[in-house]
Amino acid sequence: MIRSLNSFGNYCMFLWRTIGIPEKWREFIKRYLNEMTKLGIDSIPLIIIVSLFIGSLCTILIKLNITNPLLPRYAVGMTTREIILLEFSSSILCLILSGKIGSNIASEIGTMRVTEQIDALDIMGINSANFLVMPKIAGLVTIMPFLVIICMGTSLFGGYLICVLTGIVSTDTYIYGIQTMFIEWYVWFALIKSLFFAFIISSISAYYGYTVQGGSTDVGKASTDAVVMSNIMILLVDVVLTKLMLQ
Amino acid sequence: MIEVKGVEKYFDEEGGRRQVLYDINAKFYDGKTNLIIGQSGSGKTVLVKNIVGLFKPDKGQILYDGRDITAMDRKQLKELRNEIGMLFQGSALFDSETVMGNVMFPLKMFSSMSAEEQRDRAQFCIDRVNLTGSENKFPSELSGGMQKRAAIARAIALNPRYLFCDEPNSGLDPKTSIVIDELLSDITHDFGITTIINTHDMNSVMGIGENIVFINKGHVGWTGNKDEIYNVDNDDLNNFVYATDLFRDVRKYRREHGYKPTRL
Repeated sequence: MIRSLNSFGNYCMFLWRTIGIPEKWREFIKRYLNEMTKLGIDSIPLIIIVSLFIGSLCTILIKLNITNPLLPRYAVGMTTREIILLEFSSSILCLILSGKIGSNIASEIGTMRVTEQIDALDIMGINSANFLVMPKIAGLVTIMPFLVIICMGTSLFGGYLICVLTGIVSTDTYIYGIQTMFIEWYVWFALIKSLFFAFIISSISAYYGYTVQGGSTDVGKASTDAVVMSNIMILLVDVVLTKLMLQ
Repeated sequence: MIEVKGVEKYFDEEGGRRQVLYDINAKFYDGKTNLIIGQSGSGKTVLVKNIVGLFKPDKGQILYDGRDITAMDRKQLKELRNEIGMLFQGSALFDSETVMGNVMFPLKMFSSMSAEEQRDRAQFCIDRVNLTGSENKFPSELSGGMQKRAAIARAIALNPRYLFCDEPNSGLDPKTSIVIDELLSDITHDFGITTIINTHDMNSVMGIGENIVFINKGHVGWTGNKDEIYNVDNDDLNNFVYATDLFRDVRKYRREHGYKPTRL
């Protein structure tokens, strides 16, 4: 318990050092754009592949489980849409991305720590936490809502594609289903959640990387710990936000 | 000049506090190559990290030309750090930047120079360390000695008043070690920098040791220069400096024949 509190305190102090006005705006913007590309744009292929399959799977499984003849056929499209908007496009996507992005951030910063590159920045009088981590947090928080929108569109397209390929539901019925009883707030809900999750992934992973001590084995361990902790925190915050924003 | 006064350092461990440095007093002079020597685990790296401000001493003062680093606020510390260059044991070059990018980095962050002036200054530093032609290479494409030279170029880019080197010869062959030693010595004398080199390389001690501080088990065991170290009667120092039969035999022969201290 004391250890956990100690870690949380250190994390807060790390954030205090990280979040602030950059020393050189020009350098910050260059790194910020670079991080958006590296963490966000480069993740788009993974997002498209995962979303296509999950959208297809949702449609198939919902069709298989809706056996009640009283339920309309368009319920398949409608339920697929709700699952994708409420959970998959934000929470599950971020859980998947925390594996890719979180380990990338933790291992990059951890390697810089063990090879004394962070010490070199500190010696030069640069706030290394702000210089290295702030562009990552800002970049991921900025790009994440766009990734979520891509995920939403691709997942719904995946469902449509499976309807075309297998004919489990007609495409007209599927499209009618995803438009029926649409609540716009669910899209905003997913986008707002994704901002929190982006912050969690980038800041926790950076913290684990920044505080590595030892060698390459410790960098690997920090990378794993960063992903595990990010996932736990995403799920915890997901519950809290769902309770606060949907009820 | 950098003056260390009564510095003590402890580390918290599971079994309690462990003292690493005991009442360290030392002076490091301008325009001289100042060496901190000692066995591995003697506390010399901890001492250097205290001097540059990466660690805060539990007791004592560290004065940079009269300015106490232990009493500085963040702003003052930042200003002082613009006057410090450091060469790390593993070079600590930024992997994602070329040699030119690494050397230009401190200029981009702290100088008010135009891009062209920054490039000219970086090129001057690269030429000074004899790395001309390697400007566009990444650190992974350089040998150990070249990485050290690139790191020296980065360390001197902002024309520092104080230069720290943590084991600059580790992992280098004897010939390259001499090149690095001579480069550090030349830069120190050319620019009048206060250079502090943390080493356990005896060739460096005999070659460029103008002011030597010997750290033994966290204490200052001896201070002097390379001429004095030759004839000193300090068992701890002699056991460290002349650790091998070869060194002992050479010392005996040279003392008998009146040689001046030089590299082996």
